[in-house]
Amino acid sequence: MTVNEKIAVDHGLKKDEYKKICDLLKRVPNYTELGIFSAMWNEHCSYKSSRLHLKNLPTKGKNVIQGPGENAGVIDIGDNDAIVFKIESHNHPSFIEPYQGAATGVGGIMRDIFTMGARPIANLNSIHFGSPQNKKTKNLLRGVVRGIGGYGNCMGVPTIAGQTSFDESYNGNILVNAMTLGLVKKDKIFYSKAAGLGKPVIYVGSKTGRDGIHGASMASASFDDKIEEKKPTVQVGDPFTEKLLLEACLELMAGDSIIAIQDMGAAGLTSSSIEMASKGKLGIEINLNMVPCRETKMTPYEIMLSESQERMLIVLENGKEDLAKKIFDKWNLDFAVIGKTTKNKKIELYFDEKKVADIPVNILVENSPMYNRKWKKAKLPKKIKIEKEQFKTLKVINVLNKILSNPNVCSKEWIWQQYDHTVMGDTIQKPGGDSGVVRIHGTDKAVAASVDSSAVYCWAHPLSGGKQIVCESWRNLISVGAKPIAITNCLNFGSPEIEENMGEFIECVQGLGEASSYLDFPVVSGNVSFYNQTKDIGIKPTPVIGGIGLILKYENMVTMSLKKTDNILLVIGKTEGHLDQSLFSRDILNEKNGPPPEINLFNEKNNGETILKLIEKKFVKAAHDVSLGGIITALSKMCIKGKKGAILNKPNYLINKFEYLFGEDQGRYIIEIDKDNLQNVIKILSENSVHFDELGTVSDKDLIIDDKSKVSIDDLIKSHTIWLTNYMSK
Amino acid sequence: MNSSVITFPGSNCDRDMAVALRKFGFKNKMVWHDDLELPKCDLVVLPGGFSYGDYLRCGSMASKSRIMKSILNFAKGGGKVMGICNGFQILVEAGLLPGVLLRNKYLEFICKNIFVKINDKDNPYFKDIKNDTFEFHIAHNEGNYFCSKDQIKEIEDNNQIALFYSDKSGIVSEDYNPNGSIKNIAGIFNKEKNILGMMPHPERMIDPVLSGDDGSIFFKNLINNLK
Repeated sequence: MTVNEKIAVDHGLKKDEYKKICDLLKRVPNYTELGIFSAMWNEHCSYKSSRLHLKNLPTKGKNVIQGPGENAGVIDIGDNDAIVFKIESHNHPSFIEPYQGAATGVGGIMRDIFTMGARPIANLNSIHFGSPQNKKTKNLLRGVVRGIGGYGNCMGVPTIAGQTSFDESYNGNILVNAMTLGLVKKDKIFYSKAAGLGKPVIYVGSKTGRDGIHGASMASASFDDKIEEKKPTVQVGDPFTEKLLLEACLELMAGDSIIAIQDMGAAGLTSSSIEMASKGKLGIEINLNMVPCRETKMTPYEIMLSESQERMLIVLENGKEDLAKKIFDKWNLDFAVIGKTTKNKKIELYFDEKKVADIPVNILVENSPMYNRKWKKAKLPKKIKIEKEQFKTLKVINVLNKILSNPNVCSKEWIWQQYDHTVMGDTIQKPGGDSGVVRIHGTDKAVAASVDSSAVYCWAHPLSGGKQIVCESWRNLISVGAKPIAITNCLNFGSPEIEENMGEFIECVQGLGEASSYLDFPVVSGNVSFYNQTKDIGIKPTPVIGGIGLILKYENMVTMSLKKTDNILLVIGKTEGHLDQSLFSRDILNEKNGPPPEINLFNEKNNGETILKLIEKKFVKAAHDVSLGGIITALSKMCIKGKKGAILNKPNYLINKFEYLFGEDQGRYIIEIDKDNLQNVIKILSENSVHFDELGTVSDKDLIIDDKSKVSIDDLIKSHTIWLTNYMSK
Repeated sequence: MNSSVITFPGSNCDRDMAVALRKFGFKNKMVWHDDLELPKCDLVVLPGGFSYGDYLRCGSMASKSRIMKSILNFAKGGGKVMGICNGFQILVEAGLLPGVLLRNKYLEFICKNIFVKINDKDNPYFKDIKNDTFEFHIAHNEGNYFCSKDQIKEIEDNNQIALFYSDKSGIVSEDYNPNGSIKNIAGIFNKEKNILGMMPHPERMIDPVLSGDDGSIFFKNLINNLK
């Protein structure tokens, strides 16, 4: 087929991009080459709209071994141990086919981790669905949860934490972000940079089929009415093969045979081979007849663009082929020498003894388009005047029960019980806490991980929202006693070709950067997902942060469950009663306007670090950060987890009851301490200039807010757990 | 005491089981499914996981592995064989234990703590255990034990039921049945009681910082009984 502009446009390329290809090649590309360009130059692979802005994120720090640009980020956790981690989106395919879309998202991120030589030790996910009333939501949720479980459970990697939200802006575009942490020895990290000439290029794993062709291009465009027709672009996962691939790769990695390794993810063999060549500043020659194929008569175009899962590309040391093959034979996996590294810095493909593609690597990578797209700055919304008269008709307990059963607050046990969260025998904090925590096998150390997003705040004011999610991640790690180390981000936005969306992106990234830089909480890996958009409706801006923290002695880990009657409860951080954009305003007052709560980075850092000091001294019996739903929602969850009650003090300053209980001021935590330690704790808080209030005391049962407001823990548990179970069983 | 943990393609609780066995004093060897001979040992464990992806009936492919012949002979000679979760499914598929394991009643994978009641202590696995119940952990999609009327009669007549799903105090009722198993069965023996299959994972309950510590009681007792 002769290529022309129309065919190029059908491949998702813009007219000027096609012209650029012809200019750079000094000829018209053939069909296979066009396919390769379309795969490399789409938004998903090239980051053409985001690259310019991502450069500004802080990516360095004393614990950072590898920042963005590799398969995943790597951080040092001491004693020659390192954690490899990353989050990635699989939004578009999960909407079209929820089970396989979600499953292969989990499979893909795990491959990114073990490609670097790390054994995956924990999975997390952040999933976002349309309004519960939307007729698609239930099936999408069911399919996604099954898909995540289906893949992760089979791999034997525990899913230790997650986040689920519902918002009508996801009606046409759900979000499925999957994150994996792996453990590796610092001196055994593998990279994708090829080196040396004439080295064998090896294909291992599953056979190549026709599934997933143009998956990356599909994820680089908005949805329209015909989106269901795109089902064939969704890949099909085989977790069993991936488990074998994991074991085989780690077995091979124990030796010294591998020069470079790269998994075949988005854009399959195309992006993996080009990335290895580009990083190594050399060329790669591939004989496509050697690629193990699942189907007959596959064309070079199909082989290069297939996104069949569970495949890896390896550059081996010469002479190690037999040794490597033996390992892959043992695990019943395909192994084929398909090419070699070359001097001429080109990707050269042969099929049936004919050259079918010949492209200089730098044209595909360094010359890929980069856009400085037009954008609109968001205005800080005006503070709304909430009429306090209307509070008079509200009963605190009714409001609390309603908030606890809100889809975005309620217990997600129905979801995480379907994920194996205890396999590997090191999970010491299960889903449902502030962070998931796993021990570093055979040591006293543990890592904590959390995923967070606040689409409502980001939508109301992207700059503050961007800061807020980094702080929320930081707080979730602090709350379990972990020192926050680094983050990974998954930036989910609408079409970048719309100025408002691009503005949301730029300002969220700016906020995110400011907070992570101030907190010394660098971004070491990430992923951008644009075009979460159906026709002209885009999602609320949803940057998701995956944070990692270190606990030096796992016995010092803290949970949120209340421990002992008569213990004292303190609120750390100042409560001013910010209600705009709070769940109380949105859900109870039906008021959707106003600015999100302000972020004070100094207080965030100071409050968090001081709590870590208290935890180190073993003063903290329970801790929980205050977020959605304010103090009383946070305290209720602590009661529910610990099956204990609490008695609140009257606030010792003038503040409206509802503002006090439901306000969403930032930088706050609730901690439980022993009465005997109160003076010591107050001394440390005062020395560090940390504001605190005495919230109340722990009791046997019943949450008593004031003389008119009392509720039993059993009722709280009911409100908290009933919604999702009921919703899914109807 | 020597133990062998078999690794099938897709096993994923093999390491966890080895860690538990070693913690309580076993000298453990990992054995590859394609080996011909078992090493000399006192206990063979078929661990949990998704052997062959569970793509055919759970455990059916693994039950045809090369090592199974050697395990069969070991069991015939009275050797102790224990199958946990997928290991239980493999034992059933191999015909070493009666019945089948169907998909969970509510059609969902389920991962949580449960209680089991020990039905019979006249066997090497539970002899001398003071507890009547254990808090264990389950994580499975196909743990719904089923067998024919004749089989269940035979199982009951021979006192082959090892564990029932129950509450903390040992009450066995449908309320505490997580997967729809017939008679709340969580684990069974062969007639001779040298082979035990169970869905719960004691190896995940060997430290109070994990989901619980009742697995420690089980393993400590097991090694003492095998001595």
